[in-house]
Amino acid sequence: MKKFEKLTSAVVPVNIENVDTDQIIPARFLKATTREGFGENLFRDWRFDSDNQPKADFPLNNPIYSGKVLVAGKNFGCGSSREHAAWAIQDHGFDVVISSFFADIFKGNALNNGLLPIQVSDAFLAEIFNEVEKDTKSTLTVDLEAQTVTIDATGSSESFEINPYKKSCLINGYDDIDFVRSQTDLIEKFEENKVFKFY
Amino acid sequence: MAKTLVEKIWDAHVVKREDGFPDILYIDTHLIHEVTSPQAFDGLRKRGLKLFRPQQTVATADHNVPTLDQHLPIKEELSRYQVDMLTKNCAEFGVELYGLGHRYQGIVHVIGPELGITLPGKTMVCGDSHTSTHGAFGAIAFGIGTSQVEQVFATQCLQQSKPKTMKIEVNGELGKGVGAKDIILYIIAKISAAGGTGYFVEFAGSAIRSLSMEARMTVCNMSIEMGARGGLIAPDETTFEYIKGREFAPKGEKWDEALAYWKTLYSDADATFDSVLTFDAADIAPMITYGTNPGMGIGIDDKIPSTAAQPTSEQLSYQKALDYMGFDDDASLIGKPIDYVFIGSCTNSRIEDLREVASFVKGKQKAADVEVWIVPGSKQVEAQAIAEGLDKIFESAGFQLREPGCSACLGMNEDKIPAGKYCVSTSNRNFEGRQGPNARTLLVSPLTAAAAAVTGKITDVRELLEA
Repeated sequence: MKKFEKLTSAVVPVNIENVDTDQIIPARFLKATTREGFGENLFRDWRFDSDNQPKADFPLNNPIYSGKVLVAGKNFGCGSSREHAAWAIQDHGFDVVISSFFADIFKGNALNNGLLPIQVSDAFLAEIFNEVEKDTKSTLTVDLEAQTVTIDATGSSESFEINPYKKSCLINGYDDIDFVRSQTDLIEKFEENKVFKFY
Repeated sequence: MAKTLVEKIWDAHVVKREDGFPDILYIDTHLIHEVTSPQAFDGLRKRGLKLFRPQQTVATADHNVPTLDQHLPIKEELSRYQVDMLTKNCAEFGVELYGLGHRYQGIVHVIGPELGITLPGKTMVCGDSHTSTHGAFGAIAFGIGTSQVEQVFATQCLQQSKPKTMKIEVNGELGKGVGAKDIILYIIAKISAAGGTGYFVEFAGSAIRSLSMEARMTVCNMSIEMGARGGLIAPDETTFEYIKGREFAPKGEKWDEALAYWKTLYSDADATFDSVLTFDAADIAPMITYGTNPGMGIGIDDKIPSTAAQPTSEQLSYQKALDYMGFDDDASLIGKPIDYVFIGSCTNSRIEDLREVASFVKGKQKAADVEVWIVPGSKQVEAQAIAEGLDKIFESAGFQLREPGCSACLGMNEDKIPAGKYCVSTSNRNFEGRQGPNARTLLVSPLTAAAAAVTGKITDVRELLEA
């Protein structure tokens, strides 16, 4: 996993609520057996019409928007557990997703891949959308160490929460598996003393 | 200290708890399928690791399999490749596979319970959000992403923060034509598609208690559709009766030992939940969804809520959903012509679902313009349906009984609903394009689906049931 560093970037706004993982990456694109290449089909059916022509009005197709931060309406990532959703967003070039609410599994998947999900208040989310509407090149600064996100043009800032363990994983580029594998003795001891053994 | 059921099971599986860290939670059973496992196996290979506990892992092929001519090679190249990859990976890493052609093959959440793999008190995970289904037995069961699949492969553990707990009580008696699917669609409509996020939900109350195991599975299955990590129901005699004698269920002395343990699995009377909600079963009508998330549901004889009645910040998304569905504010859905009926998915593809549909359509015919697919949840369900002669009833009604798989629930195989068409579906998600690009899904119970199949229109099944 790559290390997460402080980031200043323009944003791509998708002002839609309840964005489910079937929209992020439709099931018919889940047949690949590697983690790469899903970005091509990110938001496939919102980005392209039935003749595979790009829909000009969708923000990801609109050249006035750019950057490594995706901003979306509340309850982002609901639905299927497919990690492909996090891979697709990352593969498309995003490092951060901001919303006022995330579905649990998506949030976990994002963190496990070094994609930072930032939950902000409804009011701050509205501020970001307003700012981008005024100036599409407007930037945000995301400081994971300080746990803050700032609208650079106005200086308006909000702090966000993240589990301290996951934070250190992101900052250092660690992954969970190495950590838990280092506890194998404990796991084996647990198995011996289990309350009820099903096996 | 008084504990909820979730806390009892959770605490019995904590390998390590440390401040500032998620718990290291031991996983008893790991179910896998072809779509969310290949990258995890690949990860193990790259790390040079084996499966830590292969005997606690069970695989099946379900998402990508055709539901016609399963004895022939899969035609679609990428699907075939993914299913073949699962076979190869299971052989290489020593995982038991109930693949295509095996008499136990089926939707992963249907086969676990029917084989007696799903048991009270277990922790179970699968790279699939509907893993919550297994909670019906009083297990902690939840969906995980592929990185976590790899973590369970490597360690038989997951790092998880203990969820908040919610109790949802449904008391009283259900009305005529109202079943488990209506209960859960009703709850989600009440609390929204995000109303359970962050919680593990325990379903309780007399209406839940009176449900069969299969009906309980339908309720727990859709816990994720309100955002919950999972849902569960305390085990009782109904649970024990269902499990007894199943292929991998404990036998003999081990059964007695298990039973004694399972009887301790309930929320203590004075345990506290972070949230408690109570509903009256008598208020629940046959339900139907009209929008593009499972929270957009109404009683079938209600009108679609108006856009103006939604919170301002949600009106844009709400209007987008109605436009997608081709519906208007304040419209009634009754009498609306439909094109497809899909009876299947991990929500409603078990034998009781098929029996209920068969008993309703016996002697009736499907409407001429409607295509009806019945996709059983497993080879065992299929065999049972045939043994009971349900296949004959479906055939004479003009319903197609297909072979087991996830099928048109998510349209990964050929079973897709064409653009713009309306599909009355017993599955769990009505997201845009879920059943095929631009397909329009209306989620309902098997009984309401059967009524629509017969009339060709959205129908209040209560009017067709004998008094």
